[in-house]
This record gives sequence, structure tokens and C-alpha cells, in this order.
Amino acid sequence: MAVKMHILVCGGTGCSASASREIIEELNKELVAHDLTDFAKVVVTGCFGFCERGPIVKIIPDNTFYTRVKPSDAKEIIEEHIIKGRKVQRLLYVAPDTNKSVSDSKHMEFYKKQLRIALRNCGFIDPENIEESIARDGYAALGKCLTEMTPVQVIEEIKKSGLRGRGGAGFPTGLKWEIASKSRVGEQKYVVCNADEGDPGAFMDRSLLEGDPHSILEAMAICGYCIGASKGLIYIRAEYPLAIHRLQVAIKQAEEYGLLGKDILGTGFNFEIELRYGAGAFVCGEETALIHSMEGKRGEPTFKPPFPAQSGYLEKPTNVNNVETFANIPVIINKGADWFASIGTEKSKGTKVFALAGKINNVGLIEVPMGITLREIIYEIGGGIKGGKKFKAVQTGGPSGGCLTEKHLDTPIDYDSLVAAGSMMGSGGMIVMDEDDCMVAIAKFYLGFTVDESCGKCTPCRIGNRRLLEILTKITDGKGTMEDLEELKNLSAVIKDTALCGLGQTSPNPVLSTINNFWDEYVEHVVDKKCRAGQCKALKKYVIDPNACKGCTACARACPVGAISGTVKNPHTIDQDKYIKCGTCIEKCKFGAISIK
Amino acid sequence: MCGPQIKINEASYRFIQDTCASFNNNPGELINILHKTQEHFGYLPAEVQQVVADCLGIPVGRVYGVVSFYSFFTMKPKGKYAISVCLGTACYVKGAEKVLDALKSELKISEGGVTEDGKFSLDVLRCVGACGLAPVMTINGKTYGRLVPEHVKEILAEYAD
Repeated sequence: MAVKMHILVCGGTGCSASASREIIEELNKELVAHDLTDFAKVVVTGCFGFCERGPIVKIIPDNTFYTRVKPSDAKEIIEEHIIKGRKVQRLLYVAPDTNKSVSDSKHMEFYKKQLRIALRNCGFIDPENIEESIARDGYAALGKCLTEMTPVQVIEEIKKSGLRGRGGAGFPTGLKWEIASKSRVGEQKYVVCNADEGDPGAFMDRSLLEGDPHSILEAMAICGYCIGASKGLIYIRAEYPLAIHRLQVAIKQAEEYGLLGKDILGTGFNFEIELRYGAGAFVCGEETALIHSMEGKRGEPTFKPPFPAQSGYLEKPTNVNNVETFANIPVIINKGADWFASIGTEKSKGTKVFALAGKINNVGLIEVPMGITLREIIYEIGGGIKGGKKFKAVQTGGPSGGCLTEKHLDTPIDYDSLVAAGSMMGSGGMIVMDEDDCMVAIAKFYLGFTVDESCGKCTPCRIGNRRLLEILTKITDGKGTMEDLEELKNLSAVIKDTALCGLGQTSPNPVLSTINNFWDEYVEHVVDKKCRAGQCKALKKYVIDPNACKGCTACARACPVGAISGTVKNPHTIDQDKYIKCGTCIEKCKFGAISIK
Repeated sequence: MCGPQIKINEASYRFIQDTCASFNNNPGELINILHKTQEHFGYLPAEVQQVVADCLGIPVGRVYGVVSFYSFFTMKPKGKYAISVCLGTACYVKGAEKVLDALKSELKISEGGVTEDGKFSLDVLRCVGACGLAPVMTINGKTYGRLVPEHVKEILAEYAD
């Protein structure tokens, strides 16, 4: 008997962290116990994207989408749904606006506006089974390129599609391939996949590699065919053990099927892929630094030119593309450049994957057509701000990007509009912030990251960023002056102009964009010594409202430094010189009489 | 170089030698070799780096340069249970710092420290990629999500030997 039902369980990092492995075990155990192994099968897939509601279990063919599943739910899923055909209502997603449960993910707000091209297979296939990939057109594009198209034709097709690099800067991919193909013809060349996803709060590449590794391998082989390379290298973070494992499995399977290695599909084309591991250095996302790291050296960037296309890995011509860029290639070949170019805006074609996180209801991995507005992403897909709070900003582009505010909510998103708004696409991290987030503290947070991650090679980045961080710290400590704000602007401009690589040239962006969009907040910190979000500890003032205070003495008894005085049944006061702002009094007050001003 | 002094015994020496040989003693494979070596020893003390350098025929300075450059490599041994708190942006805006503070005061160590009994070490990292569960921390690779400072005591209690 053929298997009639498939139970898809998300095996991505997020869901694995919340016990999806145990769910899989339990489901399998139940299938065996009910003698159903010929009827239904558990498939471990990549990320479904809706991480907020994970772990996710989806039943095919009826597309039932179960959320926040626990291992103990396995029995009920098998006995009710698989055997009796009755959906387990309590595990269905409840739409917050209508309060009705939605069983098919297609009808969820989270998925309605999404268009999945790069993520087409994530959450649909078992990434450790090449046949499932092949069943969804895996390696068809490679076959088409090798047997029906010349490298020049393939490059033309990619150029026509308008695909731009998804790693951040948005360089046209077809043009990059063309340059690499014309460079030092006949020599050994390399195709490199940049999977060093260092942007904190971004997990697109990881999810892609975990959910659909074969598409990346296929695209790298296509690139190799185009530029004349027989070797591919994937530079991946060592912090991504699951993605590494899935890639290792995928490479082995592709080799066994003759889709990688020597004489691929009998065409005489050779292409092999190896993994190289990063070791935790953000700067290695920069392509020259990445290449040095692959050579076993310190990941320090070098001046361009020479570009990697001229002299890259082991001084050979090298083409470096990001994971998501590669993920788009097979679809472009299969469906055609015109189809791809019909999606998106004039200068940014196709879709973009974003890791939507922060103070938003639906945290997860989303893929949307270029040109969508932030409002659609945050309020429709993202389900609005958590806890009904007020939207303040969304940070895109990570430590190299900036903050977008209320006034940008209706701007169609593409590479150029984001730059014009003072941020950048970046790799696709999108962190939503609400009224409780202090923008000066956010700028300080990113600078802290940059200072940690600066490789130290060039002075503007090594010393300049440290000075920026010191000034920001001074401001959040309540010691800032208006001159400091001017200094922030001037120094930022100098660092942008003079730093060696992309990391340094973009590191002041979080400072500049918060200064531009939240100037009032900076001034408040400096002049009024006030942090409206109440995040900067040094600027906090705890005040007891005499009308609300009942004189219960709970706060005074709990205060570790004895800063609160007052007599029973009379309003208490806080000694502003003595207290340490630990917050204990607020926790202890049952009457909400203590507030932070 | 700092870090505790260790004596390389015959077996350890052999391990490093074999590891380097499995990469054809190619200095270009230094990072892969260090990954394997650290996996084995738990950290990369100066003495181990010296042996790696000898095997690959490169100056020990180059090995140290790489070890000190990448945050994944460490010259200090970690605790029996290595705690890493994610300070990626998603975790940061959801209060990861408060979780970190709670851990610090509970364990009485700071970032990068190891408790006196060697049981816990505390580090921060940038993004495990489980942003849906923010804020998160990992203990020996096991992920704990949706944390609040009050969880800390409970979780540490799981590791009472």
C-alpha cells in the first residue's frame, strides 16, 4: 500500500530547539503502535517560516497546519486526525482578528502576502532526501543549462532576470558572473557560496541551507558551468551544525546520483563542492575577508581592486554569491527570466527573504515580492506589534543598516528605496521595535557589536568606532553634551569615507539613521537627561506618587540600600541620591504607585 | 600567550599530528584543523598551538593570530556546562541583557568566566538563529527559549549533579 498521508514536522533550528525531535519520535512511535507505517509517513522538513507558532506539524494532503505542538500531542494527532480524519481543533492556529481557527496555512494572514521563490522547498521536502528535491524540479535547471544552453546564454538569462545579490549590496548577479567568466579564461576558478550569516537577528541563509540544500548545490554547479569553474566552496558558520550536517548529506547524495563530481549527466562537465568552516567573525561576510579565512588565515579584508573575479581564493578568479542569491538561480532557469523580472520593482526584481523578529506578533521567516510596503509586512504578515504597543522603528540591514520609522511605512521596499531612506536591504534581518526601545541604546548596541567585530586592520574602523561607542555610552549615562552629538555626526562621516571595507564603511549607519530619525530623543538624553523609553538606567528616576501610595512599607522593607523612607499608612519617598535603580520597589508595590520618569 | 599551562602527552601529540596529516599538513586548512583540535581538547592552549605549528611547518605566531582572531576559538577551558547567552538583536530587544545579568549574579561570574568549581562557564554569542524563541541561551548546545530572568534559577537547577 502506498503511503497516503504525510506528516511534515519542522526540523529547523528554531523548532528543534523546542522539541520537534521528540515530536518526531513520538509520532513515529504512534504510527508503529497503530500499525500505520504503510499508510502515513513522518517527514522531517526545513523551516515553515512561522517560527512564532513553532513547533509546526503539517498534514498532507489536507494541508492541516498544527502550531505549538508538544511531544504529548502526537498520540492525539495520530488517533484523531490520521485514523479518524478529525482535525485536532485545539492545535489549529487561531487568527487574532476573527478569533476563528484556520486549518490551511494558505488562508493565514502570515502566508497570504508571501511569495515563496527562494524558500519554495522549505517546509515541503525532506532536505536529507535528494529524491524529494528532484520531485520538485531539483537539478532540472542544471540539466537544462548543461544540455540546452551555452554558458553565455545562461549568463544572459540571469542578467535579463534582473537578479541582484541578496547578501546586502545588491550587485547584479548576471554581471558578476559575466566578469568572472571573462577573467583569466582557461585557469582554475572557484565558485564560493557565502553562508557566513553574521548579522545578529538574521537566519535566512541558515533556514535555506537546512530546508533546501540541493537548490544551493545545483545553483553553484550552474555558476561553475557559466564561469568555467570546476570547484565550489561553501563558507559556512561553524555555529550552524544542522545546516552543515544537511549540506554534507546533500553533497554526498548529489555525488551518488552523478549530479556533482565528474562528468555530470554525461556532459563532460566536472564540478565538486567542499565545505569550509567559519569560526565566528562577522567581517568574514565581506568577500575578501571570507577568501582569506578560507585560506586558513585571519579574516582581514583587503583593498579592492583586485576583485575576487580577478584574484580571489588562492589568487585564482573567484565568484562569491550569497546563499539566497543562489537559491533563486534554478527557478530563473526553469521558469525563465521574463517571469522572474515580472515580479518586484523596476530596479529590484523578484522577492526577498526577511527574518522578521523583535517586538512583533508573528516572528518568522518570510519571503515577499520586492515593492511590498513595510506596513504590509509589519501589520499584515507580522500581525502587528506585540502587546498592542506603539510601533517605533524597524531596523533593516543589521549593523550596517539603519532604522526606518512611521514615515517610511508606506514606502515600497527595494534596494534603492531603503538606501534612500537611510538604511539598506542588507542580508534581510528585520527587527521591529516598539515604544519601549530607546533608539540611542539601539545605536550603542550596534556599535558595541561593530567594535567587537572590527578586525583592527584599518584605523577608522578600529579606533573611530570605539570613539563613537564611547560617546554613545557617555550619552546613555547622562553625561552627554550637544557638542557630543555634533562629534557623532562628524566622526561618522569620516569613518564612512575612510574605512577599508564594507564593515567599517557602513558601521556608523545605525548612529546616523537614529540621529536623523530620532534627533529629539538624542537631545532629550543630553539636555533633559531623560530616556523616554526608560531603558537607559542612569537616566531613570523612580518616583512615588503620593496619591497612590498607601504607606504599606513593602517597598521600604524590600529596598536593598534603604533609600525609601516613610511611616506606616503615609506616602513614602525615595532618596534620589541614595537609590540604585534596581527596580525592586516597583516589583513590590501592589498599588502601582512607583513609576519611572 | 596566556592561559593555563598543560603538558602535552604522547597521545595528545599523536592526535594533533594525525589531525594535521589528515589535512595533508596543509597550512590552508589551519581553521579546519583548529576546529577538530578544539573539539578534542575543549580549548586551544599555547602548547597545542605550538604542536599544530610544528606539524604544518608554520610559525606559531600565525596559529596564534588565527586562534585569537576568531571568537569560536578559545585558549581557556570552558566549564563542564558551557552557557551561551544570545545577544543578537532580536534577543537584545526582548531583554536578553536582563537574563545575562541574572545568570551573572546567580553564578557570580562575568562574561567569559568560569565558576570556581569549573562547573559552569558563561559566554555571549551573536544569534543562534532561533529568533522566534528570543531571548534564548544554550547550555552545552541545548537551547532554552522565551526566557525571563526568573527562569534562570530553575534551569541551572537542572544541572545539579
